[in-house]
Amino acid sequence: MKDQFVVPARLKTTSFVLMGIGLLTLLIGIFAFHGEHGSTRFWAGLLQNSSFFLLVTLASAFFIGATTLAHGGWQIGFRRVPEAISMAVPVLGGILFIVLMLIVFGGKEHIYHWVNAEHVKHDEILSWKSAFLNKGMFTGFSVVTIGAWIFFVMKLRKMSIEEDGWDLSAESGRRIVWRNTVWCGGFIVIYALSVGSTTPWLWLMSIDAHWYSTMYSWYTFVSTWVSGIALIILFLVYLKRNGYLPMVNEEHLHDLGKFAFGFSIFWTYLWFSQYMLIWYANMPEETTYFQPRVWGEWRPIFFLNLLINFITPLLYLMKRDTKRNYSSMVFISIVIICGHWLDFWQMVGPGTYGHLVFPWYEAGLAVGFVGLIIFLVSNQLTKAPLVPKNHPYLKESIIHHT
Amino acid sequence: MAVKNFVVASFSDEAVLFPAVKKVRTAGYKIHDVYTPFPVHGLDQALGLRETSLHTAGFIYGITGTTTALSCMSWVFNSDWPMNIGGKPHFPLPAFIPITFELTVLFSAVGMVLTFCYLCQLAPFVKKHIFHPRQTDDLFVMAIEVTAKTNTEELKSFLASVGGQQINEQRAEAGWWYGRFDQEDRLFETKRVEAVNA
Repeated sequence: MKDQFVVPARLKTTSFVLMGIGLLTLLIGIFAFHGEHGSTRFWAGLLQNSSFFLLVTLASAFFIGATTLAHGGWQIGFRRVPEAISMAVPVLGGILFIVLMLIVFGGKEHIYHWVNAEHVKHDEILSWKSAFLNKGMFTGFSVVTIGAWIFFVMKLRKMSIEEDGWDLSAESGRRIVWRNTVWCGGFIVIYALSVGSTTPWLWLMSIDAHWYSTMYSWYTFVSTWVSGIALIILFLVYLKRNGYLPMVNEEHLHDLGKFAFGFSIFWTYLWFSQYMLIWYANMPEETTYFQPRVWGEWRPIFFLNLLINFITPLLYLMKRDTKRNYSSMVFISIVIICGHWLDFWQMVGPGTYGHLVFPWYEAGLAVGFVGLIIFLVSNQLTKAPLVPKNHPYLKESIIHHT
Repeated sequence: MAVKNFVVASFSDEAVLFPAVKKVRTAGYKIHDVYTPFPVHGLDQALGLRETSLHTAGFIYGITGTTTALSCMSWVFNSDWPMNIGGKPHFPLPAFIPITFELTVLFSAVGMVLTFCYLCQLAPFVKKHIFHPRQTDDLFVMAIEVTAKTNTEELKSFLASVGGQQINEQRAEAGWWYGRFDQEDRLFETKRVEAVNA
């Protein structure tokens, strides 16, 4: 049984080429977008990509947390895959933190116009919000949330690897389940209080600082959560195609496909809940957010977003056979990740640089981040056996039947 | 529907039932049905049943609901009784979506439940033959149809060899008919309880 992952040379080369494209785009971006207004797109692209990919990899930790708390057994056979993906969080979190600090303390007021103290003084709405929306609060929240995520991600990974040295007795089985439940419970609380509420307000919603929506954080969360599931599927199928994970089969893929299907619909539910209430009330301070998106230049992206992220998964994943086929799941996973990347683009773009542009710069950065994730995750996969052999629910995963 | 002869065997455990189903099918006997107290994973594959088309029916009911909701509301607000509500257009799609969603779910849910009952031949005033009073309680009951080629005695000893208990022959209607369980059979009043391992 091939239990220990070895990074194939081709994958390594691919990840380096992708990272190279990303770095090259970043360099071109420095020269192409400069000046007071020009650099806005440079920073907006970095903010969009680093926050998106950080939250997508963090969704893997949420996957572990949620399935563990639900006492799920089916995911144990491939649990090391989301674990390895979540280990990209420290690096991506560091990148995002640097980007955020450069934007806030570099005075990039075209990204966050609340960073200009002079401007806030004359703006009644922003001065009311300034108790929460200020540089100190922003930095504090970013440090605490990213720090807590890194702590929990590393803790869960460390515990899991440590358990490989234990035995299969009932006693250590109980201990594994108990301490995983406790730590996952802690993580879920932190995750809910950060991704589910405060973090997206500060990082993304404060781009349009006059506007607010109580659905925004949930909307951001589901966007990254469904992309996170798609990312797990991609790594799973890659490992499976290369002869690893013999215990994982289409039954597990089917359940992941159900997750992708269900949460694509849940994303639409939140998208619509946010849109419809604003459309219905029709109040100027709320509709400003949708004005450039629905009736402005971003109209095609707005509807493309709905087409890719709702109609496509809904009709494509409805059938049982597509959820059980490796190639079709790879296809729809790529579509979902691209779709939600597009969603983040239309969340960041209109409030910063405003005009709809061909996103070569943003896409180039995204390619770089994909390369970075491949590099980090494949590296992490080699560090432990792919099957947590002492987990008491492993048998449940092997005989899993949907 | 027709009255047929059956050989009926009971099993106390699904771990015994599964190999028995496999052996009975390999031996070429025709399994009429297997009754279990709870849904058993993988039993339909073991019995070689075709995949249900219930979900296709559900999809059709769902789009029927979508169409009904959208066409009804747009007819009301555009041609039958146009009203100005808060200055919104006469075809306010976002306002229609919740109702469209509800009707889609309602149609597919109700439709699928009724279709499921029909496929299982479950309905008020409909009766089916009960092969064993404990088949929905704690026993797994397998009914094998006796065809012209079946040697009944051989089948009985074969069932005993694969772990069947309380093996008996029954002559019964295979389908459903009009009737009432609560007034005619009164199965819940059965006094005699047979011990399986006796």
